[in-house]
Amino acid sequence: MSASTLRRLAQAVPSLFVLLTLTFFMLRVAPGGPFDTEEGITPQTRAQLEAAYDLDQPLSTQYLRYLLRLLRGDLGPSYQYPDRSVNEIIGAGLPVSATLGSLAIVTGLLLGLSLGVAAARRRDGAVDRLVQGFALLGVSIPQFVSAPLLILVFAVGLRWLPAGGWNGHAADWLLPVIALALPHVAIVARLSRNALGDVLQAPYIRTARAKGLPERLVIWRHAMRPTLLPVLSYLGPAAAATLTGSVVVEQIFGLPGVGRYFVQGAFNRDYGLVLGVVLLYGTLIVLFNLIVDLLYARLDPRLRA
Amino acid sequence: MSARSSRAIRRALVSAPLALLLLFVLIGPLLTSWSFDAIDFDGAWSAAPSLHDSHWFGTDALGRDLFARTLIGGRISLLVGIVGTLVSLLIGVTYGAIAGMLGGRIDALMMRAVDILYALPFLFLVILLMVLFGRHLLLVFVAIGCVNWLDMARIVRGETLAIKQREYIAAARINGLTTFSILRRHVLPNLLGTVVVYATLTVPQVVLMESFLSFLGLGVQAPATSWGALISDGARDMETAPWALVFPGTFLIVTLLLLNRLGERLRKSLA
Repeated sequence: MSASTLRRLAQAVPSLFVLLTLTFFMLRVAPGGPFDTEEGITPQTRAQLEAAYDLDQPLSTQYLRYLLRLLRGDLGPSYQYPDRSVNEIIGAGLPVSATLGSLAIVTGLLLGLSLGVAAARRRDGAVDRLVQGFALLGVSIPQFVSAPLLILVFAVGLRWLPAGGWNGHAADWLLPVIALALPHVAIVARLSRNALGDVLQAPYIRTARAKGLPERLVIWRHAMRPTLLPVLSYLGPAAAATLTGSVVVEQIFGLPGVGRYFVQGAFNRDYGLVLGVVLLYGTLIVLFNLIVDLLYARLDPRLRA
Repeated sequence: MSARSSRAIRRALVSAPLALLLLFVLIGPLLTSWSFDAIDFDGAWSAAPSLHDSHWFGTDALGRDLFARTLIGGRISLLVGIVGTLVSLLIGVTYGAIAGMLGGRIDALMMRAVDILYALPFLFLVILLMVLFGRHLLLVFVAIGCVNWLDMARIVRGETLAIKQREYIAAARINGLTTFSILRRHVLPNLLGTVVVYATLTVPQVVLMESFLSFLGLGVQAPATSWGALISDGARDMETAPWALVFPGTFLIVTLLLLNRLGERLRKSLA
């Protein structure tokens, strides 16, 4: 297992490299520079600023210097926040985004799976219809609609929960996590309902039932493994995206996460910041896909080659 | 595609609520005397919905009629959805069919490229396009199509690989047909069912993407509007004027719901 894991990791390096290179040069091709928005800046000051950040060097030199710095784990300076490095900005935002994201993913998995199991036990029954309706609704409500609606109902209308902000109270987390988790719950419910429905037709399930196993054990001990396969391949990339923070949810709830830096950074041509966030996202994608593959092998013995 | 499944697809495609919605968005703006970008100087800003003063959905923060704005915005959202899907269809089917047809090393290389593109955050690409060429509606189509063809390419490639194993392809090959004519005459027609189903599922995705971009201020530009732009405005002053959020939001949710349901049904009828 460890040899194949290492091989997969080695394969991931070129992908990340291509991603990084593509992003680097695409950013530079775009017109405009990081100091365009500075007010009342003289050409001399501008030239000095650019020289200070190596921006006056040829592109190839900048690229090589960036790579060399990256090898030391340094993502470079941010042009928009001159007193902070990209490492510091991401280091400050990631705990917030990752906390909310992992809560949302865990909620999505547990709640979605429970709904899926409840639906699959009696296909086309009342519960099944209800769950299917909910799943359809869940994928059809965009986060930029559900998040303001949640605020409207629970913060403005009922005044139960704060409308946003980040003061370290558990109540601050609740609405953002609900908004983040909703699509995951819906999709996991649908995937597991369909998968479990198919698995329950299999002969080995009939055998398990025939030997008198209670339905609870049939489902959770025998049918759950194959059911988890499609759920996992969805959750892998979804977790990577959710942990790096949602632009929409962080903007609406005013959370100090990583997600908003991507859009802000691209608007401001904050090259280093955008590259840092892209790299973080790419690395997480690779990492989670690897985890999914390893779990696949654990769940399905046929894949242990 | 068999006659049975093509009939099933045709039957499923006729969705009454969706047709109604489309009709409403098309002729609805004619029902009101307000234009979507005209300011009602006699009425109140952020006026509540009322049946009496002809602002059925109320007005927005600038005093513009929300009924007209919601429906006109819906036209844009749906237009982007359909055209964006066609763009992604064109790229995805071509790419996937070629990869599947050629097979071997070229196929592996082409699919590896798709894998890498998957890891590229799409927002970034779109932001870049918007910046490079200015924020133009046409560009929203192209950007979304350029991003959304990946799924279609994967599905079409898989299906092409399966079709390639069939006997009639071998027969065509024995008869001396070139790879291109086999692709055109035998593979593409057999892909149709799958492509229709996934195209239907792509439309709501594209509508969602456009709304998302417009919500961030990157999509359609004022005075034009779309559901995403309206929701963005509505969310800003929802405490004083919740209707500016609720009406466009409801329209968007119902549209996505109907489109997703249609896609699901089609997929079931194909299986």
